[in-house]
Amino acid sequence: MTRVGIAAYGITPFTKNDQNIESVLLGSVKNLFDNNAKINRDDVDAVLVSTNDNSKYLAPILSEMTGIQPKIAHSIENLCNSGTNTIVSAYSYIASGLAEMVLISGAERYDSPGQILTWDNSRGEFKHPIFWASIFTKSYKQKFSISDEQLALVSVKNHKQAQKNPNALPMGTCTIQDVVNSKKLTDDLRLLDCSRPCTGSASILLASEKIAKKNIDMPIWITGIGQKTTSAGFTKNDSFSSMESTKLAGQAALKMASYNTKDIDVTEIHDAFSVCEPMALESLGFSDMGKGMRVIKEAHETNNFKINPRGGLIGSGHPLGATGIAQTIEITQQLQSKAGSRQVDDAKVGLIHNMSAAATSSTVLVLEK
Amino acid sequence: MNFELELSKGEFSIPECTICKKIVWPPVEFCNHCFGSVSLKKGNFEGKIIEFSRHDEDYFCIVEFENTIKIMAKILKIPEKGQKVKISKCGISNGNYYFYVN
Repeated sequence: MTRVGIAAYGITPFTKNDQNIESVLLGSVKNLFDNNAKINRDDVDAVLVSTNDNSKYLAPILSEMTGIQPKIAHSIENLCNSGTNTIVSAYSYIASGLAEMVLISGAERYDSPGQILTWDNSRGEFKHPIFWASIFTKSYKQKFSISDEQLALVSVKNHKQAQKNPNALPMGTCTIQDVVNSKKLTDDLRLLDCSRPCTGSASILLASEKIAKKNIDMPIWITGIGQKTTSAGFTKNDSFSSMESTKLAGQAALKMASYNTKDIDVTEIHDAFSVCEPMALESLGFSDMGKGMRVIKEAHETNNFKINPRGGLIGSGHPLGATGIAQTIEITQQLQSKAGSRQVDDAKVGLIHNMSAAATSSTVLVLEK
Repeated sequence: MNFELELSKGEFSIPECTICKKIVWPPVEFCNHCFGSVSLKKGNFEGKIIEFSRHDEDYFCIVEFENTIKIMAKILKIPEKGQKVKISKCGISNGNYYFYVN
């Protein structure tokens, strides 16, 4: 089976702009080809679009707008982890020999319909994500004796780190008091504990080893993939203080890459809400259960950007279909030592965690030089 | 089996497979274990509050029934984890299910 590498990437700033989805998609693809003039668009075998937008036929539309006539063109939707699902599909096309080069483009508008899973009637009238996040937060805080102030550090750290990310939704820094005094959404959730929906796009070009080595100076390889879906409905979760799908996806990805968590130098964690960051770190095995905040606190206090260097979803915004791809671009830049003032020292192996709908589905990728 | 028809009349019932007797949740036409037909078990079911929080003045909670089904419901009085409750009101409004427990 051929190795699959990240050959190029492009991204747009995350904004609250009211743009049509086709224009949003085009923005990051143009950025990708502008920055990689050596890549011939005629060599692109497949165009895959990741979005929760309800517009139709977006992959053929994007292909036409970019002058590509691919063999394969289609969209992929899986709520918030659509982006990494699309990367996994592209990887599979290349690994199977059906394609040598695949363009993946994720985009979302600030008003994406993917924010609410209307099917999940078990949630009754509490379908907005703030309600599952409140239940997670309450359960996690009680089980592990974590205070609101302790948990607020996630938001403080990620807003701080986002200041070094030129594509982040502009939000500024905040203090622990700012977080705990921000607008109360529920008894257990404040506004600054939440990632913000936004408009944005991110694109990646994946290539087979043969093509990547011929065209690219420093390809980054996808060496581990793990995915798990435990259910669709939030209330089917067995635990509200840990993430089973994340645990299983992480184990699978690390096993495939022949690494353990000690080998990971930098990681992107799906911090849709503050509580998700320690829960995911624990479920992935970066700390014992209930001790994730210690890892986050140590990283923050030493100004080590190894967890969510671009500011995570809370710090940089959450354009659903683009998020997993933006996370993957960040780890790619870190491994290429091209992350500028966000750079983590001597990063060789990175991990991406991207999940959907209260961690009912998770994707974990391992990347290395 | 028409769970939604019963729910729209204010009746909460529990879908159960006619063959393997497993509870099928969320309600669908066929059992997700054996694909058997599903019928509705009626009753005044008692559930247990697993977790709760508050939005404005309204408490909302996760309630588990029959050690299997979990729903999100409103409760008018301050809830407690482990508290035994029953459905006091339910239905469908604007396409969304709603449940009250007490």
